[in-house]
Amino acid sequence: MSPADGDRTAGEAESAGVRAANPSNRPGESDDYSATEGRRTGTVTPGEPAVGSEQTEAATAEIDRAGTLDEPSGSRTEVLSTRRGMFGVRGSGDTSGYGGLNKIIEFPPAAERPYGGWFDQVADRIGQLVPNSSEVITKVVVFRGEITFHVARRHVATLARMLRDDPHLRFEFCSAVSGVHYPADTGAELHAVYHLQSMTHNRRIRLEVSCPDDDPHIPSVVGTYPTADWHERETYDMFGIVFDGHPALTRILMPDDWPGHPQRKDYPLGGIPVEYKGATVPPPDQRRSYS
Amino acid sequence: MSTDQQTDRQTDPYGASDPAEGTVYTVTGQDWDDIVNAQAEREDERIVVNMGPQHPSTHGVLRLILELEGESITEARCGIGYLHTGIEKNMEFRTWTQGVTFCTRMDYLSPFSQETSYCLGVERLLDIEDDIPERAKVIRVMMLELNRISSHLVCIATGGMEIGALTVMTIGFREREKVLDVFELITGLRMNHAYVRPGGVAQDLPPKGLDAVRDLVAWLKKHLPEYAAFCNANHIFKGRLVDVGHLDLAGCLALGITGPPLRATGYDWDLRKKQPYLGYETYDFDVITRTEADSYARFRIRLDEMWESLRIVEQCVERLAGTEGQPVMVDDPKIAWPAQMSIGHDGMGNSNEHLKHIMGESMESLIHHFKLVTEGFRVPAGQAYVPVESPRGELGAHVVSDGGTKPFRAHFRDPSFVNLQAMPALSEGGMVSDVIVAVASLDPVMGGVDR
Repeated sequence: MSPADGDRTAGEAESAGVRAANPSNRPGESDDYSATEGRRTGTVTPGEPAVGSEQTEAATAEIDRAGTLDEPSGSRTEVLSTRRGMFGVRGSGDTSGYGGLNKIIEFPPAAERPYGGWFDQVADRIGQLVPNSSEVITKVVVFRGEITFHVARRHVATLARMLRDDPHLRFEFCSAVSGVHYPADTGAELHAVYHLQSMTHNRRIRLEVSCPDDDPHIPSVVGTYPTADWHERETYDMFGIVFDGHPALTRILMPDDWPGHPQRKDYPLGGIPVEYKGATVPPPDQRRSYS
Repeated sequence: MSTDQQTDRQTDPYGASDPAEGTVYTVTGQDWDDIVNAQAEREDERIVVNMGPQHPSTHGVLRLILELEGESITEARCGIGYLHTGIEKNMEFRTWTQGVTFCTRMDYLSPFSQETSYCLGVERLLDIEDDIPERAKVIRVMMLELNRISSHLVCIATGGMEIGALTVMTIGFREREKVLDVFELITGLRMNHAYVRPGGVAQDLPPKGLDAVRDLVAWLKKHLPEYAAFCNANHIFKGRLVDVGHLDLAGCLALGITGPPLRATGYDWDLRKKQPYLGYETYDFDVITRTEADSYARFRIRLDEMWESLRIVEQCVERLAGTEGQPVMVDDPKIAWPAQMSIGHDGMGNSNEHLKHIMGESMESLIHHFKLVTEGFRVPAGQAYVPVESPRGELGAHVVSDGGTKPFRAHFRDPSFVNLQAMPALSEGGMVSDVIVAVASLDPVMGGVDR
């Protein structure tokens, strides 16, 4: 059995367990939010030598598949990308030595208990309300005084309802839904980030949900937070994330017939070179930039 | 008019007649009798009107799609995106410092709010929140509060204009221009300042800066009562605003409404008090609330908030007078923009002292200057969200860094964008003339809505 198959079986078992608690948001379709749930291939132990970007990616992917089975997070860090060189130029015959730079970019790692302050109260309460909380919350990150719950996507709608209605949580206000595209995060390229605010307790948390590029579906939270209507439309417009169960998921900022999703990293910025007194200034996305 | 389908097709310059959608009337300033007669012949009062995106009463390029039954609105929807300029995408291709010059252009009536929210986010990622000099914080607060006044003035002015109170408009823009004069003196620009920078502010106050602020406060104290005298008890004004655009607390929370519309429901939610930033907890001011939850309450809240902002500005002036000469940028040569800028006759530029310092005195300063200006600084990977209370409500920048010199992603939660979602709730079931008032009471700024 290949590692991918193993993941898929795990995913199906997980979905079967919560089917009852989560009425399908995609009527007529199987609500199996696929196998890649919560998997981040960029996981690597600190100090892992980086040889070259392609090799590193392959190597870390292997490590991840082996590692997620027994120890999901802990002291591991998240690799965002590996940068080479200084200016993002390749094959220029650069002899300055900067071309040999290798830098691993890491996300803040998963936090260990205790998280500190009211973070633990919220996490405990979620643990009480959600029986399978380790499946629902795949990772908790505390960084710079802000707490982020990484949520398995098929659970986000039910979890949001709990967060809003439970008297100990009362996250009754959804500030924003924003999207982020991580092309390097294979299998979870598209992220939707929810900023929730509890006015009752004056607390703020962040939910982060990811989905793969080839299956960009996330359940909508509009049923819980009507304000997410336009936010989800914007995230769909800009990233192509389909929020299942949204009442009218259409483009909002771009024209209705616009091709592509502009905020994705593979979508060019556009622009034309400008010529001035014989010299040519390239458009911003083609200028030399520091990596 | 039995052939109106045909004539429509012949005369309709947009070729928009689609029999499946019913008769289409193209209104381009012709004789209205034709349309009235045609409509009467149809014996159907239901009509769908496209109001905007080019309409003087829609607060910029906002398109309202109204379904009317006679003069009552049965359904209303917003069409937005006409001012989308891809600012967030553009920010991903500039350095962290240059990002300020982009986000300041989103909500062009409250540029300092975006700048501050963005910079607070970047500073949190850099972990230098505690190192920001006191004087920089006070200057930021002063600019934010002056900005709140100028923004509320535009809201009241344009809102007045849209219901025919032209004097309110003319005096509103007069006062606003006084505020913008002070902005110009301090930042070099009336709008789009890019004055708040990661680590502090771009430059200290100019020599006569504080005096100008004191004069402005005196001017505003003299002239702000005029708005109350014009409007507060005015029968026509109250007739147009009272009980129009009602939205209660539950509606506000469900729809994510913040700012004056939320405080008009009696809930004293103000981030300056609830989650203080920039030392707002050390200032003495009140949060204004009212309980009517209608357009008139929102107007009165804005009016009173300007007075509270004046109180804060006065406290700022006092503190700034006591911190003369202290730094306004974080003491970290790897982050702090190298120059104390100065304002010359042609705008803002490097001060002569700084040029002398880097060219003649300090090699290290020259290197820092060069590296910061060409390359920028690196921000540790992670994400942050630091909201501020903009004149329109909660404005927050979700800043994501991948450890590079440019924002990996910057998303702005703009209060205009969110508050505009309440438009159908405010206007459905009301009269078509009340739509104008309801939208104006939300104070949407399309630059912020569309970004």
